[in-house]
Amino acid sequence: MADQQDTQSSDPGDAPEVTTAKPAARLAELASGHESNPTEGRETVFRLDKVTISYSGKPAICDVDLAVHRNLVTAFIGPSGCGKTTLLRSLNRMNDLIPGASVDGRISYHGHDLYGSNVDPVELRRRIGMVFQRPNPFPKSIYDNVAYGMRLHGMKDDLDGRVERALTHAGLWDEVKDRLKASALSLSGGQQQRLCIARALAIEPDVVLMDEPASALDPISTQHVEDLVESLKAEYTIIIVTHNMQQSARVADITAFFSVDVRDDGTRSGVLVEHGPTSDLFIRPSDPRTEAYVTGRFG
Amino acid sequence: MSAQDDRNPLTVVSPRSRRRKLQGRLMELLASFAALVAIVVLLIVIFSVAKRGLPAVNANLFTQVAAPFGVEGGGIKNAIIGTLIMTAMATAMAVPIGVLLAIFDTEFASPQVSVAIRMTLNVLAGVPTIVIGIFIFGLVVVSNGQSAFAASIALAIIILPVIARATEEVLLLVPSTLREGSMALGATRARTVVSVILPSAFGGIVTATIVGVARAAGETAPILFTSSIFANAVVTDPSQPMASMPFAIFTNSESPSHHDQEVAWAAALLLMAFVLLGSITGRLLSLRTRRQIEQMR
Repeated sequence: MADQQDTQSSDPGDAPEVTTAKPAARLAELASGHESNPTEGRETVFRLDKVTISYSGKPAICDVDLAVHRNLVTAFIGPSGCGKTTLLRSLNRMNDLIPGASVDGRISYHGHDLYGSNVDPVELRRRIGMVFQRPNPFPKSIYDNVAYGMRLHGMKDDLDGRVERALTHAGLWDEVKDRLKASALSLSGGQQQRLCIARALAIEPDVVLMDEPASALDPISTQHVEDLVESLKAEYTIIIVTHNMQQSARVADITAFFSVDVRDDGTRSGVLVEHGPTSDLFIRPSDPRTEAYVTGRFG
Repeated sequence: MSAQDDRNPLTVVSPRSRRRKLQGRLMELLASFAALVAIVVLLIVIFSVAKRGLPAVNANLFTQVAAPFGVEGGGIKNAIIGTLIMTAMATAMAVPIGVLLAIFDTEFASPQVSVAIRMTLNVLAGVPTIVIGIFIFGLVVVSNGQSAFAASIALAIIILPVIARATEEVLLLVPSTLREGSMALGATRARTVVSVILPSAFGGIVTATIVGVARAAGETAPILFTSSIFANAVVTDPSQPMASMPFAIFTNSESPSHHDQEVAWAAALLLMAFVLLGSITGRLLSLRTRRQIEQMR
């Protein structure tokens, strides 16, 4: 009987009719709003070939093959411990800061090896910005938070104008324009997170990585951040890690589902189960693990 | 209903639970008693020094230098100035080194190196101050003679671990999410330290400095070897030995003159008040800094 229900909920034809008590149906409805073939004709920003990331020799995520396309929102979803955040952090080499972390396989960014010996992590992080799980504004004024990265990279002409544009872009300008000199810590959590997004956008990156950017926020602030993600993809390539399947179904064009593999010797590590257009993944998952996850039987 | 049923299960007391309760009570009493002893000792010291020192605190104490041997009267102006100068020089030497050491330890060093540094600092903090006095005596005084400069080197060595450890503590409190936030914008580690970490920890570094100053002002042993032969005049040349508060307390208390003994108590009171004030200010500032850093989490 259980099988019957699952087949129903993952069948696209049935989805609209099942309106209540079926999370998967709601997900399918949300996911169906996205293009079915979003990657067509788009440039590849990241290409991952057999990427394994280990901490002190223990693999946290194994053998990932994945391409990320320009001006799309790509979501990494999956249960805790599946290595989705680890993978995200390898894309701007934030893992370099963790002693013992190592990356095997190849990650290329616009065709260039991200871990090449002559790559400058400083330059790389200017192009590949990041927003963290918890808002982490610096204990400085709102203005100085946004200006920090620009000063760092010598973008000093028309600093005021750039700060205003970044804040406008992040949908925060109207709320803070009269108190730019106030401490960033005086803002609410949602405002702080949008400030962190503004800070990342201010240095004109190519890609914005977002690590569960709304998980520490209330529903209204989450809505703000999601709207922002939607509006930013016209100019940026966005990769977002999320626990929240509805969020993924709402904002992502491409969704990659990760899971935890337990091997015979009891060690666990993350694997990429499948990825594809969000509409496919939520409506017609090809792997039983994905189906189990999106129908709420697991995770 | 039997008597058995009437018993409230939440208040039933078995012999075992009674013993446990008693043990807990005993421990609480012992700990409270120990805390009380510490407070009482401090209060007795403050009270007795204040009682004997306060009557001798007057304008002469601050405006007159020590009287020549055998002459009644005199104050500790030269000792106050000497202590101020030597403490300032010691702080000027120890703060930059201590803060840089703490930054290296918390932000740049590998875990193994960091452990080694911390252990070294702890050992240095435990070295008897008279040993550091002899060390500087052999290193500086034997070849160059006593001087305020030699004394301040000895004092700087004594307060270096105090400043470094206190600074380390506050740097470790700065949330790592701030470091990541800065590095993710393309900042180098050094830039992150200068622009984000140090401003966040500034209050804590000030606290560390104040605590160091209070410690240096009260040290006596290293002064014995490095700056204890001096004229009864105000000296401001650091290449000459200077009088100091702790040493003035020592010499005046040894004197047969009643006046000198009173001066010793007054000097002790002043020194204690200074150190106490420094510690309390440091404590309050450190609480404020902790609250500020708490906000960043």
